[in-house]
Amino acid sequence: MAVTLNPVQTYRDDFTFRNSPEAIRRFPFPFDRDEYMYSVNIEPATPGEPGSIYEHMFDVDEHYRTEMVERAKVLEEDPRRCLLMPHMEQAGWDLLELIMTNLSHDYPELFSLSRDGDRWHWRNQALDIDQTFTFGDASTLPQEPMEYITRQMQGDFCLLDQRDGDLFMDAGMVTGPADWSMAFDAGMGFKEWHAPVPVAHELGVFERALSFLLNLQIGHPVRRLNWTMTVNPRLDTSPETFHRWGYENGIVTPENVAQVLNLRVELQLLARLPRSNAIVFSIRTYLISLEELVTNRDWACRLHRVLRDLPEELSDYKGLSDYRQTAVDWLAQFDPEASASRAG
Amino acid sequence: MQTLSVKVADIRQITPLIREFTFVPTSGELPGFSAGSHVVVEVPAGERKQRNPYSLLSDPRDRTQYRIAVRRLDESRGGSQAMHANVDVGDHLELASPRNFFPLHSQARHHVLIAGGIGITPFMSYVAELQAHGASFELHYAYRGGLTGAFVEHLRERLGAKLHTYDSEAGEKVDIATVLREQRLGAHLYTCGPASLLEAVREQASALGWPAGRVHWEEFAAPEPGVPFSVELAKSGRRIDVPGDRSLLETLEDAGVDIDSGCRGGVCGACKTRYVEGQVEHRDEFLAEDERGTYVMPCVSRGCAERPLLLDL
Repeated sequence: MAVTLNPVQTYRDDFTFRNSPEAIRRFPFPFDRDEYMYSVNIEPATPGEPGSIYEHMFDVDEHYRTEMVERAKVLEEDPRRCLLMPHMEQAGWDLLELIMTNLSHDYPELFSLSRDGDRWHWRNQALDIDQTFTFGDASTLPQEPMEYITRQMQGDFCLLDQRDGDLFMDAGMVTGPADWSMAFDAGMGFKEWHAPVPVAHELGVFERALSFLLNLQIGHPVRRLNWTMTVNPRLDTSPETFHRWGYENGIVTPENVAQVLNLRVELQLLARLPRSNAIVFSIRTYLISLEELVTNRDWACRLHRVLRDLPEELSDYKGLSDYRQTAVDWLAQFDPEASASRAG
Repeated sequence: MQTLSVKVADIRQITPLIREFTFVPTSGELPGFSAGSHVVVEVPAGERKQRNPYSLLSDPRDRTQYRIAVRRLDESRGGSQAMHANVDVGDHLELASPRNFFPLHSQARHHVLIAGGIGITPFMSYVAELQAHGASFELHYAYRGGLTGAFVEHLRERLGAKLHTYDSEAGEKVDIATVLREQRLGAHLYTCGPASLLEAVREQASALGWPAGRVHWEEFAAPEPGVPFSVELAKSGRRIDVPGDRSLLETLEDAGVDIDSGCRGGVCGACKTRYVEGQVEHRDEFLAEDERGTYVMPCVSRGCAERPLLLDL
């Protein structure tokens, strides 16, 4: 299905970002039951239903231009959101190849790639880019390959070097993180960068996930969903810009909660990169305001129950505690059980 | 398991014992791979299929072909024999996608490679990769002249002074202690070849105080035969007999049981399987001590003759 791109909206200042009914319909609502706990919820990233976010390996949606403008703004202010240690250049080429071959195959109306040996010709109609370059020679691109291609790709990307029975966060383009910093995590091992996550360590989640990922095979990518909440449709909630958004956790009121509070869902994809033996970890973020979300009544009811019963430490870790009760109170109207008990 | 279809494009007898096979894709390109990767080749051997891992020799940048080299072993349980006897130019074979359990270490300042005989194979792709990046390395290659020194001339041409050869027929022997003693901090050591070489290298490295994380090895660990035993599958109730000359993994595959596998040598952990009852003769290097009461690595480990092993499958 051909994707229709929106004109550029904003993820900051006046926050004009909105989801169309189609974007709402395909939103990856992350809860398959009325409660939430950590698990190793990794599944094979096999192609999903046409039109769904799982149809292709990389999902390009109506927000493509908006997200690329946002990325460019973040990088202009803070170039360190994109980091690449020298030994990761090969992985950068692997990533560029993976993205270009998939996008040109899956979205031929937007992207095209022609190859003649090492001479590659890449066209991105959505951003009006026409680039001829020599594969493997970074001097023929405007930026190194990871930065070049991820400036044209929705979602954040990390490249993990595999060595010493561990995965190291040695490169990444991270301009829209849910409160973590590439510059801070750079060079860390798998358990180090997951250290702040509560509860999951005791469940042995990270040991199992790591041993699974160390064996990840070429051509067998995996995915999982993760979630949190964000006040205003702000993509860049990084520690570096905390002064801009941290206080917003306190602005949620019963009157504005439906408009300002967003469920933030990450589609995380992990794939083995063939030439470098590195792993690409991509984090594609979807935002939906409560107002948009409750157009699906099943989601509204379930989100009410998940938020109401979420363990305190998870709520604190995800940064929801300032406004959780406000959200739960507002969502109760969509939960037949809650409304019934209130009426009774 | 998803496999790659290839055609045998060329077979070269490099020494009386070693044959090199060139595979080309039946369509499109082959996946890229990283230096040190292997593929598992499915070879028809009688009525069964033999699956054996072989290191990729070819330049990792080349997507048009894969090359492997196979040494014929007289005591082989069929894998290398079948490759030598049953595979001809023009044949179609299935390969499992490349996997790498012996990668180059990204933090090494200098790479010291020590190969014994057919153990040269993973280093062929190492050399291509290291040269392409202008990395610092040296290769020590021990072999039996005329029999196992498959790539001596080729390497001499390409590597010059970086190559050190040791022909046992000429009485030459690699002095591991001297090689290791001369290395500077930041060097990583890689070795591949017969078990005796690996043991000697690891012992010497340890004696000289090399940190374990800087010493890497790959063993050609074909599963050793053992006594026949039987297994029961808890979920289906099936009972399967494992002959003495077949591994548990091979027997499960023969029986159509869906099971993942990687190195097929007890190192990677991909085929790790839970068992509920019975006794296991553990022969792997993967499981931690406290896992051995619960898990078995069917690629190399075996049950015992007295009572069946009950697998959680």
